[in-house]
Amino acid sequence: MAALAGRRGADIGKLSTILLFLPPALLLFTLFVVLPVGEAAWYSGFNWNGFGSPTNWIGLDNYRFVFDNRAFGTAFKNNLLIIVVSLVIQLPLALSLAIILADRFRGAVVLRMVFFLPYILAEIATGLIFSFVYDGDYGLLAAIYKSFGAQAPHLLASPQTAFAAILVVVVWKYFGFHMMLFIAALQSLDRSMLEAARIDGASRWQSLRYVVIPALSPTIRLSAFFAIVGSLQLFDLVMPLTRGGPSDSSHTMVSFLYTFGITRMRVGFGSAVGVILFLICVVFAFTYKRWIMRDE
Amino acid sequence: MSEPATSAPFSDDGFSPAAISKALYLLAVVLFVTTPLIATVLGGFKSLGELRTNPFGLPSVWEWSNYTDILLSRRYWQLLGNSFVIATLTVVLTLIAAAMAAFVFAHLHFFGRDMLLNYLTMGLLFPAATAILPMFIKVRDLGLLDSYLGVVLPQVAFALAMSILLLRRFFKDLPTELLEAALVDGCSYPKFFRYVTLPLSRPILATVGTITFVHSWNSYLIPLVMLNSDSLYPWPLGIMVYQGEYSTEWHLILAFITLTILPTVLLFLVAQKHIVAGLTAGAVKG
Repeated sequence: MAALAGRRGADIGKLSTILLFLPPALLLFTLFVVLPVGEAAWYSGFNWNGFGSPTNWIGLDNYRFVFDNRAFGTAFKNNLLIIVVSLVIQLPLALSLAIILADRFRGAVVLRMVFFLPYILAEIATGLIFSFVYDGDYGLLAAIYKSFGAQAPHLLASPQTAFAAILVVVVWKYFGFHMMLFIAALQSLDRSMLEAARIDGASRWQSLRYVVIPALSPTIRLSAFFAIVGSLQLFDLVMPLTRGGPSDSSHTMVSFLYTFGITRMRVGFGSAVGVILFLICVVFAFTYKRWIMRDE
Repeated sequence: MSEPATSAPFSDDGFSPAAISKALYLLAVVLFVTTPLIATVLGGFKSLGELRTNPFGLPSVWEWSNYTDILLSRRYWQLLGNSFVIATLTVVLTLIAAAMAAFVFAHLHFFGRDMLLNYLTMGLLFPAATAILPMFIKVRDLGLLDSYLGVVLPQVAFALAMSILLLRRFFKDLPTELLEAALVDGCSYPKFFRYVTLPLSRPILATVGTITFVHSWNSYLIPLVMLNSDSLYPWPLGIMVYQGEYSTEWHLILAFITLTILPTVLLFLVAQKHIVAGLTAGAVKG
């Protein structure tokens, strides 16, 4: 009997702990994350300025307006460009630096920190620093051009070059994070494999190519995952550099949402963009986890 | 143990061509990373005229007043103060809500637990921007628009998923004998949480707290949407306003940028272990 009572006491204790400990997180998360996502889907069916209640139901028209908007197409293309640059330039840069800096030599730790520093700076500050770098009158790039006697370009003021200039900043800001991921993975690598390769007479390049890189493959896939997810949320960097201009050439999907949905309080239209972005993120995350990271 | 010997496959000694090209490669990246930063700090010490002719070098005359004027202004401290209040509230609420939830997910078995955990970690899959308009309307309807809490609560909600995962993993690794012994002795779960779990978890709480702080300190979109009054602006919003006012007076803008990123850099120097561990470990678990 005593044992039974004790057990029941424990069950009550367990239940009351659950009822006490879970609600704060559940409530906040439901109220500010889950409900808004559901509401975005609902609002996206209305033509609504956010005041009063939504009454002007227009079905899927908002989605048609989004897809018909040329600036959205450009923004989508720009997001893809960030992904391409992240995979083709940033990832190899981060990986090669990690391979060099995972070794212990004097200065390696300091270099790691220097390369990681841009990652923790605010996007807004980074964007402003580079709008100085690119400034056609006062900027660093302008000074280099002038020292060769050439006319300095206004990179951020031309639709042809504005987004390319942003891509450089993306690499500057984020490669250090990916480098750190690779360094962490390299340091937990089984050193005996390398030793074995060396004893078997493998050159440094061969052991890199056939031992290290394959062993890093899960981390490479993870790094690519973060680069893609990060690309889909890029916003803060765009604002201080170009605000999406000139002539809407340098928007990302989020800066498009901000400019065309939020600043004009077109709740339905903005929500439709949000839902599209949400679907892209979720479908991507599930497919990637299922097909590309399925070994883990 | 024998690090130096086993790391031999990648290390070159002396001045082999491989070592030299490696050094040049590192030097190029160092220049790429540091030049904009150094030019920003130095630019803040120049006059506008000198910035135009000499953006790279040391200033010929050090204009300390660019910096001291900002440091003595109310505006600068108000911006940092707002950011500090918002970030601190975000950290405290995130740690409380996430630690309590993580404790339940780490130690208690009940029907639907995994489903609830999956539900809470859904937040990792998409950015806050996807639902920012309905979030704005929700905050407005709750009467929290243009207040610290209107920024803090959504930020906490989005910080929860990662925080719960990191904390839960740490709590699970604490020795379970402790909990069993405590329960036999009649200690309740909340007491165990308060007097055993939390004190033992200081390292992970520091890590989660630090990365939550950095994220909130740097955040832009949520405060931009939720705040109207200049007097409540955190520094990323304030510096954009400042840049709008001083548009081409780059020497002042550069000094302002330097002074606003200074706290981040100092925090990084003090807590780099927590920051690197938190951001990369958090990533790996994501």
